[in-house]
Amino acid sequence: MSICVKNISKTFGSYHALKNVNLEVEDGELIALLGPSGSGKTTLLRIIAGLEIADDDGRGEIHFRGQNVAHQRVGERQVGFVFQHYALFKHMSVIENIAFGLRVRPQETRPSKSEILRKANELLRLIQLEGYGNRFPAQLSGGQRQRVALARALAIEPRVLLLDEPFGALDAKVRQGLRSWLRRLHNELKMTTILVTHDQEEALEVADRVVVMNQATIEQVGTPAEVFHSPASEFVMDFLGNVNVFRGRVEQGRAVWGNGTVDVPNLMSRISGQANVYIRPHELKLSRSLNGSAGVAARVNRINPAGSYAKVVVTPKDGADIQVDLPFEQFLELNLQCGDEVYVTPQKIRVFSPEYEI
Amino acid sequence: MAITQKTLSNHGRTQPAADDPVWLRMLMILTTFAFISAFLILPIVVIFMEAFQDGVSAYLASFKDPAGLQAIKLTVIATGISVPLNIVFGLAASWAIAKFEFRGKSLLITLIDLPFAVSPIISGLIYVLMFGMQGWLGPWLAENDLKIIFAVPGIVLATIFVTFPFVARELIPLMQEQGSDEEQAAISLGASGLQTFWRVTIPNINWGLLYGVILCNARAMGEFGAVSVVSGHIRGKTNTMPLHIEILYNEYNVVAAFAMASILAMLGAVTLVLKSLLEWKVRQQRSETLEPTAAEAI
Repeated sequence: MSICVKNISKTFGSYHALKNVNLEVEDGELIALLGPSGSGKTTLLRIIAGLEIADDDGRGEIHFRGQNVAHQRVGERQVGFVFQHYALFKHMSVIENIAFGLRVRPQETRPSKSEILRKANELLRLIQLEGYGNRFPAQLSGGQRQRVALARALAIEPRVLLLDEPFGALDAKVRQGLRSWLRRLHNELKMTTILVTHDQEEALEVADRVVVMNQATIEQVGTPAEVFHSPASEFVMDFLGNVNVFRGRVEQGRAVWGNGTVDVPNLMSRISGQANVYIRPHELKLSRSLNGSAGVAARVNRINPAGSYAKVVVTPKDGADIQVDLPFEQFLELNLQCGDEVYVTPQKIRVFSPEYEI
Repeated sequence: MAITQKTLSNHGRTQPAADDPVWLRMLMILTTFAFISAFLILPIVVIFMEAFQDGVSAYLASFKDPAGLQAIKLTVIATGISVPLNIVFGLAASWAIAKFEFRGKSLLITLIDLPFAVSPIISGLIYVLMFGMQGWLGPWLAENDLKIIFAVPGIVLATIFVTFPFVARELIPLMQEQGSDEEQAAISLGASGLQTFWRVTIPNINWGLLYGVILCNARAMGEFGAVSVVSGHIRGKTNTMPLHIEILYNEYNVVAAFAMASILAMLGAVTLVLKSLLEWKVRQQRSETLEPTAAEAI
């Protein structure tokens, strides 16, 4: 176990930023803290770094490899922290920025000048910015700056690498490139890394495991596949990708759908009652006729065929719009036009915590 | 663009719609120049003309007066103490305001501006009321043989009070703009508080700080009102340069008065040049902070 966070709470005045959060991070793992703004993900990261102090309620603990660091200052924790807006030292060149963490060490532990320079140059090579050592941060692009910030954090040989929305200030294309670069770098270095992001795509693509946070608590921890395909709560379902939400009924553990019922695999008990039904757009099927399966009649309202999926919006007679993502071949096969009458059939459907009925 | 402009001027009367007529522009510019000449440049010229009216030797001779030399010395002492202290106070205040959140912050910001809002005479009087013989602490000070009013400490205190806002007001916006990300980064990399201060904070504010110091220095040397109240005008003892100038002038010693004034005027000129240089430098630094160069592809 590389990092272990136990019972951490944090309040700012009367505002709860974290409520009794527990988290374990394995050695060499890349974990993403994912959540909307205000969910507490950055606060958790800053508490792990020591830039923020958790509430002193006598229960909170933070362990790095079994060692309690809760009372260590940020400088003693040996963490590499990368800020969203880079926080590079403006008046120092790239190489000086990278060498900073080594240069400020007390004399006994400080490497020799030539050793520091050698190491800084090595890191410069790692971030693919050889020949940029004498430039100043203002002369670099956003992506280059963030890589320098990463090299600067790596220079102190941190026990953990903490990245606070590292790609948040970059444009989409650069972000995509840096994301896969970071993943390759992590495969190479195998350093325990925690990354904070509000971009679900980024979290799912980069991380070994994703921690979904909402309203100061952790909603779910799991691999990208787990959190995406088996979300533990309505929030996780909603936050990770598009979803259609219907107000419906559950009868004996099966959801009522049009003229029939549909199996709800994630519902254990055979209960009945009012419930919110969640279906992802790609888990819905459209057909011209009903072949005995449960379906809802609807009219095709909008079609957007630009993309790997055809995005179709259909409107049932007595309900809100439904989004359907159709594989392209199916879309061509159906030969859909706006105004067509179709039947909507779910392939996979989820219900979280139905309201019990006696 | 150049061609269009040429065409326009060839036509003579054609003008961009938004521009004021030429005569109005000329009038504005001339008025401004006339005003500045009459009220700012002319007095400075007069200072030097008066100072040199009996020749260079008379001008130089006026600096041999021991009372005059003492006034220069006292001004240097008062400035030499108050400017470094105000650098420390100014740094501490702007650091606290820019990097921390606390109750009473806006009150503190208002208080920093207080010396600007209050007449210097009042500032001086406050010290007389505090430390003077009839003041709150007067009897106690007299018992312990401490002299503040009508002595050097009072002059220094008054100067500190009057010049307090200069450094702080220059640094607060600069530090607020920069935030504390770089300091946090330095600390996370293992730097101590002092290392962070000297290697990260100070280099980021150095030009702004210098600018504040220059303004503070100019005011400290030129301060008249507050110092006048607490000094007591003891010739050869508690006179600063501005006070000494007034005394000389009242004694109709015009050459000596203007000779002394010429030193202050030259200080002003040097300050202005340094100030413009620094303003240019600070602007450059700020624009670097605010407008990072256009991002290329990674």
